[in-house]
Amino acid sequence: MSARKLLAFAAAAIALAVLLVAPFYLRPYGIYILSLWAVTSIAAIGLNLTLGYAGQISLAQAAFVGIGAYIAALMTTNGLPFYAAYVAAGLACFAVGWLLGYPALRVQHHYLAFVTLAFTTLAFLVFRNEEWLTGGIYGITNIPRPSVFGWPMRRAINFYFFCLAHLALVAAATWWLIRSPWGRAFVALRENPVRALSLGVDTRRYTLMAFAIGAGLGGISGALYAPLVQFIDPTPFSLYLSFNLLLMVVVGGAGYFAGPLVGAVVAVLLPEWLRFTEGYYLIGYAILVIVLMIFSPTGLLGLADRLTRPQSKPVGGTVDPVAAEKEAVS
Amino acid sequence: MADILQLLVAGLATGAIYALAAIGFTLLWQTSQTINFAQGEFVMMPAFLVLAGMTFFNLPFWLALIVGFVLSVLILGLMFKKLLVDPMIKHGVLPLVIATIALGLLLKESVKEFYSAEAQAFPPLAEDVTIFIAGAAVSAQSLIVLAVAIAAVALLQLFLARTRTGRCMQATAQNPAVARILGIPVERMILYTFLINAALVTVASVLVTPIYLAKFSNGEYLGLAAFIAAIVGGFNQVRGAIVGGLLLGVLDNFAAAYLSAQYRAAVPMLILIVVILFRPQGLLGRVEERTV
Repeated sequence: MSARKLLAFAAAAIALAVLLVAPFYLRPYGIYILSLWAVTSIAAIGLNLTLGYAGQISLAQAAFVGIGAYIAALMTTNGLPFYAAYVAAGLACFAVGWLLGYPALRVQHHYLAFVTLAFTTLAFLVFRNEEWLTGGIYGITNIPRPSVFGWPMRRAINFYFFCLAHLALVAAATWWLIRSPWGRAFVALRENPVRALSLGVDTRRYTLMAFAIGAGLGGISGALYAPLVQFIDPTPFSLYLSFNLLLMVVVGGAGYFAGPLVGAVVAVLLPEWLRFTEGYYLIGYAILVIVLMIFSPTGLLGLADRLTRPQSKPVGGTVDPVAAEKEAVS
Repeated sequence: MADILQLLVAGLATGAIYALAAIGFTLLWQTSQTINFAQGEFVMMPAFLVLAGMTFFNLPFWLALIVGFVLSVLILGLMFKKLLVDPMIKHGVLPLVIATIALGLLLKESVKEFYSAEAQAFPPLAEDVTIFIAGAAVSAQSLIVLAVAIAAVALLQLFLARTRTGRCMQATAQNPAVARILGIPVERMILYTFLINAALVTVASVLVTPIYLAKFSNGEYLGLAAFIAAIVGGFNQVRGAIVGGLLLGVLDNFAAAYLSAQYRAAVPMLILIVVILFRPQGLLGRVEERTV
C-alpha cells in the first residue's frame, strides 16, 4: 500500500467516524443538515455517473429529485408503505431518464445542457401548476416517516442514520458499477465516443443507461428528501437545484468516486458554517467556488490528487481521473 | 385586429431586449467558447450601477447613465474577461460554466446585500404616453425600446461588417487559427467581444428595468430568455439571436394573452426542446463541424 493509498484510506476512515459520532453532539438542526447532506449526496452521485463518468452534461437532476419526492409524498400520504414509494420513485425516474436520454443521442455538450435545462423548468411548472396532483404552491404536508422493522424514524437522529445507510448502499452499488464493464464503457463514452463505438461498445445503449441510472438515483434521493422535511412544495426543485448539483459534482471533482460527497459538503454544509457572516454567506460561498475553479478546475479531489502525487510524473500523459482515483482510494 | 397589433408591438419590444442579451451571449460563444450562465445577472447589474450613481452621489440621470455604462463595460467586460475567463478557458467549458454560475450568484447576492432586496423604480428614457395606431393602443415606451434596440443592433452590424476591426473580429470568430496566421491580434479581438457584450447588456438593462423595476432577481428570467433566444435562433449567428429574441418576445406575449398565464413560461421551453431536437443548429445557424 503506497503512502497515497494510506492517506486516502485514513481520510475515508476519519470521515466515516465523524459521520457516525457527530450527530450525538449536534442539535436537531445540525442533524437535519447532516441528513440533508446524505440525501443530496445520493442525487450528486447519480449526476456524477451521468456527467463525471459518462461525460453527458445534465441539468435535469433537480427535476428527478422533484419527481421522486412527489411520488414518495403522494404514495405515503395515501397510506402506501414507504418502500413501495421508494422503489416506485427510483423506477419512474429511471424510465423518464431513459426517455430523456434520447435527445442525448442526437445532441452533445452544451446543447444537451440546454435540453435538460428546459426539462427541469417544465417539470417545475408542472409541480407548481397542477394543483389537483401536487398541491401547487401549497405543497404536500404531513408526509409520514417510515419505520424500519418496527423502529420508528420520527426522531431526527434515527432518520439521519436511515439516510446514511441508504447513502452507504448507493455508494457501494456505484463503487461496484464503475468497476464493472459497464463503468468502463461509461468512461470510454466520455473519453472518445467514436473510438468506443469502433471497439464494439454499444454507445447508444450506454448513453441511455448513464442517463437512466443517474436519474434513478435522483429519484431515490427525492424519495428520502420528502420524509426528511415532511413537507414539499415546488421551490426546492427549481433550476437552482440543478445548478447546485452540477456545482457539487464539479467542485468536488467530476469523475472521482468521492467527488460528489465532498462537493455536497461544500454546497450543503459550507453555507451553514458561513452563516456567522449573516447576509454575506452566499457571497463568500460564490467567491470561494470561483477561486477554486480558477486554481483547480478538476475540483477539490483533483487538487488533493495533484498535491499528493509523486513529483516524478510521466511526461505528456493525460490524467485519467478514474485510474488516478482508483489508485488513490483502493 | 387591434389586440393583435397591440400584442405584437409589446412582444417585439420585449423581444428586442432579449435579442440584445442573446447577441452578446452568442458573440462570447463564437469567439471564446464561453457559455455565460451569468448573462441574466449581467442585464440586471447595470441598472443598479446607474441607481447607485443617482442615490449615493446625487448624479443627474444622464450622467449616472454614462458613469454606469463605463463601469459596466469595465466590470462586466474587462474584469470578467481578465479575472475569470482568461485563467479558466484552457481547462475546457465545464469549470467556466460552474464559475459563471457562481458569478451570477455573487452579483445577485451582492446587489441584494449592498443595495436593496426590494424592487426599485427606475426612470424611463422618456415619458410614457399611449399612442393610437390603427385603433390599437401602443405605449410610446415600447416604440422607444424598439428604436433604441434596432439602433444598437444596426450600429453593431455596421461595426462588424464595415470596419477593419469588425472584420478582424468576424475572422476570429470563424477560425481563430487562420486569423492568427493572417496577423490578426486574436486576443485583443476576443477582448473586444467581451466589451461589446458588456455594452449590449447595459443597453438591455436600461431598456428593460423601467418596465420590470430594478430587482436583484431580475436576471433569473432574463438570462433564461437570452439563452433560449440564442439557441432557437442559432448559436453561431448574430442574425439568429435577433430572430430568436423577437420570436420569443412575441410568442411570450401571445401565449400570455391567448393560452394559460400559468403555462406561459412553458412555451419558450417547448420551442427550445423542439428546435434542439429537430434543428440543433438553430433556425438560422450553420452546422458546426464536429471535432472528433
